[in-house]
Amino acid sequence: MIIETAKLNLYYGKFQALKNINLQIKRNLITGIIGPSGCGKSTLLRVFNRMNDLIENVRITGSVFFDKEDIYSPLYDIIMLRKRIGMVFQRPNAFPLSVFDNIAYGPRVWGMNDKMVLNEIVERSLTAVDLFNDLKDRLKTSALALSAEKQQRLCIARLLAVEPEVLLMDEPCSALDPIATGKIEELMQELKKRYTIIIVTHNMQQAARIADEVGFMLLGELIEFDSAKKIFTNPRDKRTFDYISGRFG
Amino acid sequence: MKDKIAEKFLMVVAFSAILTLALISFFIFQQGLPLIFKAGLHNIFSTHWAPTRGHFGILSMIVGSIMVTAGALIIGVSFGLACTIFLSEFSSGTIQKTLKPIIELLAGIPSVVYGFMGIVILVPFVRTHFGGPGFSVLTASIILGIMILPTIVSISYDSLRAVPKTYREGSFALGATKWQTVVMLLIPAARSGIIAGIILGMGRAIGETMAVIMIAGNALKIPHSILDSVRTLTSTIALELGYATGDHRAALFACGSFLFIIIVILNIIAIRFKGKE
Ligand SMILES: Nc1ncnc2c1ncn2[C@@H]1O[C@H](COP(=O)(O)OP(=O)(O)OP(=O)(O)O)[C@@H](O)[C@H]1O
Ligand SMILES: [Mg+2]
Repeated sequence: MIIETAKLNLYYGKFQALKNINLQIKRNLITGIIGPSGCGKSTLLRVFNRMNDLIENVRITGSVFFDKEDIYSPLYDIIMLRKRIGMVFQRPNAFPLSVFDNIAYGPRVWGMNDKMVLNEIVERSLTAVDLFNDLKDRLKTSALALSAEKQQRLCIARLLAVEPEVLLMDEPCSALDPIATGKIEELMQELKKRYTIIIVTHNMQQAARIADEVGFMLLGELIEFDSAKKIFTNPRDKRTFDYISGRFG
Repeated sequence: MKDKIAEKFLMVVAFSAILTLALISFFIFQQGLPLIFKAGLHNIFSTHWAPTRGHFGILSMIVGSIMVTAGALIIGVSFGLACTIFLSEFSSGTIQKTLKPIIELLAGIPSVVYGFMGIVILVPFVRTHFGGPGFSVLTASIILGIMILPTIVSISYDSLRAVPKTYREGSFALGATKWQTVVMLLIPAARSGIIAGIILGMGRAIGETMAVIMIAGNALKIPHSILDSVRTLTSTIALELGYATGDHRAALFACGSFLFIIIVILNIIAIRFKGKE
């Protein structure tokens, strides 16, 4: 168990976006979070690296444990948390810097300024997302000149450069075409060997293809959480069944 | 039909604005250039300014303009950027909504008021605490620095705000602090807007006249320290044009031509940078 929530509630002002969420995420698995638009998937994901802290008027009750420690306890080191739990966003958000500086960004934030080491990190991270051969002669060009898929890969590489333990991915393929999506999914299977991945997706086929365990959310509640096989073939809850058989959402 | 008339009318207005501008430029050069050719560059670029006796050296004024502008930039840019970063990244929405209009209001204060504040407060302060006459490069730099703050702050604030939220999120998600995000990501991302703001501020500092006349001391020599008095190109024009005739008058237009060229170049650079965003 790497992440665990207990009686988690989240409010945006008066609006309750997460309702009594209890879930357990296992190490080195891909956990998929599915559910219709607005059910709180992104909100839940952003609880894990405390990105919701950036939004005003957010209130959280209950607890979230990462590696047995409550990340919402007052003394918890958020900066360290965000190094250990990295995030890939819905739209590729490569920085308007060079390819090299994008990857080196995280290590530099963490105080690494040795050029040799940075070179190594950049090569290793780009290789991990299968971009190195492609970009090795273009490390100085702007990352914004790359295609959307490559930018998303770059964002993943940028994350790997800080050596996280968990990768949070919020609909990482929604801005990509099916071929690019396939490639990113392959990459995720590869990354699973070394990282724990939590992926939010609208796309049930995608969840079925890549996730080991799946949580189904509806209106802020976690309706069902089980192995992907169980969720997609024999769900316990009628609402899950309705969703996966395409009745709503 | 009405639309057509309005369109024609607006076109005439727009063209006359452009035409006026063209005429002004033409007039300045037409008055100034002949003297520059007649006197020769070595005469113009000397420090001997006695225009009624054939000495047209404007070097000390050029140096004066450059020193005062550079000083204003050092002060305006450091305070301006600090202010911008605080406003944009470290203050709440309410503070932003109150402070930004106040800073922009600074741009609307007439320069004679700045000059007056300079004489009453800053000149005696510099004289007693740093020495010299008080009417100095330093005093003028400080006042000009304050005067260009609104330009720098409002333009660079807008370009910082224009950096997409997703970049900030990406940076925080990597464990960066706010400060690291500002220095490593936001400033590079907003760089062209910030530079444009600085250059426009610089244009304003070079062109400022009234406040500078009141506090810079207007001594006609190359200053040895920042506590010495200086005279700028603009001051010279404003102070002497009232009684100048003949070559003297032409020499003032020559000063104007130099100013004009400097400011046009600065604006072109600023537009280039702004366009890059
Ligand atoms: N900053 C915010 N302030 C107020 N309400 C918010 C905020 N962010 C999200 N919400 C609300 O919280 C609910 C859950 O939002 P969330 O973005 O987590 O949904 P989601 O499941 O990720 O949806 P989607 O599939 O469209 O991305 C929605 O009803 C949304 O309107
Ligand atoms: Mg979402």
